[in-house]
Amino acid sequence: MKEYYVYTEDLAVGYGKEPLIQNIEIRLRQGEILTLIGPNGAGKSTILKSMTRQLALLGGTVYLDGIDMTSIMDKELAKKLAVVMTERMRTELMTCEDVVATGRYPYTGRLGILGKEDREKVQEALKLVHAEELSECDFAQISDGQRQRILLARAICQEPEAIVLDEPTSFLDIRHKLELLTILKQMVQEKKLAVMMSLHELDLAQKISDQVICVHGNVIEKYGRPEEIFTSAYIEALYGMTKGSYNAEFGCLEMERTEGRPRVFVIGGGGSGIPIYRQLQREGIPFAAGVLHENDVDYPVAKALASQVFVQKAFEPIGEQVLGQAKLCLKACEKTLCPLKLFGSMNEGNLQLQRLARQEGLLHS
Amino acid sequence: MRETENEKGKPHKTSYEKKKYFRYGMSFLILFLLLAALFFWNLNSGSVSLTSGEIFQILLRKRGEETALHIVWDIRFPRILAAMVLGGALSVSGFLLQTFFGNPIAGPFVLGISSGAKLMVSLVMIGLLQKGIAVSSGIMILAAFGGAMISMGFVLAVSNRVRQMSMLVICGVMIGYICSAITDFVITFADDSNIVNLHNWSLGSFSGLNWENVQIFSLVVFVTLLFVFFLSKPISAYQLGEAYAQNMGVNIRFFRVALILLSSILSACVTAFAGPISFVGIAVPHLIKSLLRTAKPILVIPACFLGGAVFCLFCDLIARTVFAPTELSISSVTAVFGAPVVIYMMVHRQRKGLQ
Repeated sequence: MKEYYVYTEDLAVGYGKEPLIQNIEIRLRQGEILTLIGPNGAGKSTILKSMTRQLALLGGTVYLDGIDMTSIMDKELAKKLAVVMTERMRTELMTCEDVVATGRYPYTGRLGILGKEDREKVQEALKLVHAEELSECDFAQISDGQRQRILLARAICQEPEAIVLDEPTSFLDIRHKLELLTILKQMVQEKKLAVMMSLHELDLAQKISDQVICVHGNVIEKYGRPEEIFTSAYIEALYGMTKGSYNAEFGCLEMERTEGRPRVFVIGGGGSGIPIYRQLQREGIPFAAGVLHENDVDYPVAKALASQVFVQKAFEPIGEQVLGQAKLCLKACEKTLCPLKLFGSMNEGNLQLQRLARQEGLLHS
Repeated sequence: MRETENEKGKPHKTSYEKKKYFRYGMSFLILFLLLAALFFWNLNSGSVSLTSGEIFQILLRKRGEETALHIVWDIRFPRILAAMVLGGALSVSGFLLQTFFGNPIAGPFVLGISSGAKLMVSLVMIGLLQKGIAVSSGIMILAAFGGAMISMGFVLAVSNRVRQMSMLVICGVMIGYICSAITDFVITFADDSNIVNLHNWSLGSFSGLNWENVQIFSLVVFVTLLFVFFLSKPISAYQLGEAYAQNMGVNIRFFRVALILLSSILSACVTAFAGPISFVGIAVPHLIKSLLRTAKPILVIPACFLGGAVFCLFCDLIARTVFAPTELSISSVTAVFGAPVVIYMMVHRQRKGLQ
C-alpha cells in the first residue's frame, strides 16, 4: 500500500447513521488525478466530504500518506490536504489576495500575520493560476471562472500533498473549464499532487483522469482507467439514460433518434453526413444512412440517429449484398441527399447509389 | 514584452500596499483623535459649567473645588468610561455575532440577546431587593449572562431550522419583544422605591455608575476582548465558510462555542450596567469595515472597539446635553444615528446583490 498516497479500507460513508455507500476502496498515487463520476445524488460529494473530515466516517479507514486520517491533528492535516468546494460563498471586503492568503493559515502564528515567505507563496500561487491581475479585486465581484481559479490558488497556497475538489467546473463556460483543468493538470505533474475530484463533464473526465470511479446506486460500480470506463453501453447504464445516447468515441452526447420507416436516404461518409443527420434528427424525420464503413467518422453518429444504417466492414469495398439492400431502401424513400463528394475504389458502391437516385429523380442537392 | 510588464507591475503593487497601510494608519488615528476630542468634550459639558483649566486641575492633580471635584471625578468620569468601554464591547459583540451567523444585520439587540439579559437582571434584582439583599455587580453580570444565554439558545434553535437571514432576525426581534414585555410587566407591578432606578436602566443609560462598577466591567470586558483578539485568526478563516475553516485546521465546534460565549459575555456585561442599547452592534462594525475597507478581524476587532467607544460617547453627549436637564435614554439616540446606517447598508447590499 506504500505506493499509494491516499487509500481507503472498507470505507462506508453517509449522512446520519445509515451508510449510503459501503466498501469503498480508493487507491490514489501522487501525481495522479482520480475522478468520481456518476448521476446526481449518487453520493460523490458524500465521499469527498467524508474523506476531508467534513462528515464522520461510518466505517472503515482513510489512510493519508500511510497514516490513519483520524489520528492526524487538524493542523497537520491542513498541511497535507486542501479542498475546493462547490458552495458559493459570501465574502465581505476580501480581495482575491486575502482569500488566497487564508491558505497560509496552517503556517502562520497565533495571530495569523503573514511573513515574507507567506507573501511570496501567495504571489506564486496567484501566478500559477494566471490571476496576478486579480489580486486586488474584491472576491465577491469577480466572475465564476476567476473565482474557481482563486480558490484553486488558495488550495495551492496551503502547500498540500493532496487536493480534493468538489465539482470544480460547475458554473464555468467551456473556456474556463478547460483553463481550470489545464492548470490543475500542470500542477499535478509539477508538484506531484494527488488529486481527487468529482466532475459532471464526461468528456473532460475521460481526458484528464488517470483513474475513474463510477458511483452508482449506492455502490462503487466500476473503478479503473478511463479507457475501461468510457464505453457507450456502460455510460448509458451508469446514468440510466432513457433518451438519446452517449458516444464513447467522441465523448459526446447524441439526442434521441427518430424511429420509423426511413423517409430520407443520406449517402454520407468522411464526416460529410454528420450535419445532415443532426438536421434531420432536429426536424424529426426518420432517415437511413449508407453505405458507411465501420471506421467512418460518420458511423457512430449515424448509428445513434438514423433509423436504419447500412454498414460495410472497415477497409473493404462495399459488397453486393449490402448495396442491394441499400438500393431497395433508397427507392422506398421520398428523397435522397448526397453530401458525399469523393468516391474512391472502396466506396464505389455509393456512386452507384447516387446514380440510382438521380435516375429515379429522388436526388436533392 | 513579459519582462517590461512585470517591471511595470511591481511598483504599482507596492504603492497599492502602501496605500492600504496608510489607510489603516489614518483610520486608527482618526478614531483615537475623535475619542480624545469626545472625551474632553464630555468632561466639559453638563449642567454645571467648568473651565478647561479647572478640569485639567481635577484630572491631573485631583485638586479643585469640592463640588466640581465630585462632579468630574465621581459622576462624569465614570460615565465617560462606561460609555467608552461598554460601547466598545457592544460593537465587538456585534461583530462576533455577524461572523457567527454570516449575517450583516445580526447584533445583540436585534437577536434579542440584550433583552434576554435585561429580563433576567430585572427578575434577579426585584427578587433580591424584596428580600432586602443588596445586588452586587457580580450578581448582575451573572444574571445578565444567564439571560443572554437563554435568548441565544432560542436564536440558535431557530437558526438550525431556518436558513434565511431575514427569518433569523425576525425571530430575534420577536424574542426581544417578549422579553421586554415581561420586563415592563414585572417593573410596573413591583412598586418599590428602589425599583425606580430600574426603569431608567431598562431603557438604557450610562448614568448612575460608580467607580466600583467601572472596575468590574472594565476587568470583564478587557479580559474577554483579549480572548476575542486571539480568536482573530480562526475568525478570518471562518469568513470563507465552515468547510474551508475546517480544512484549514480550525476546530469548528470549539470555535463556535467560544464565539457564542464571548459575544454573550460582552453583551451581557453591557446590559447588566447600562441596559439594552440598540443598533451599536450593527452600525459600528459596518462603519468600521467601510472605513478600513477590509474585514480582516485583526484590524476590525480593535477598530470596532474604538469605534463603539466613539459612537457611544457621542450619543451619550447628545442624550444628556441636548434637552438638558431632561436626559434622553441612550437607546433613543443610538437608534437615531444607528438605524439609518443599517437601512443604508441593507439597501446598498440589495443593490449590489442584483448586479
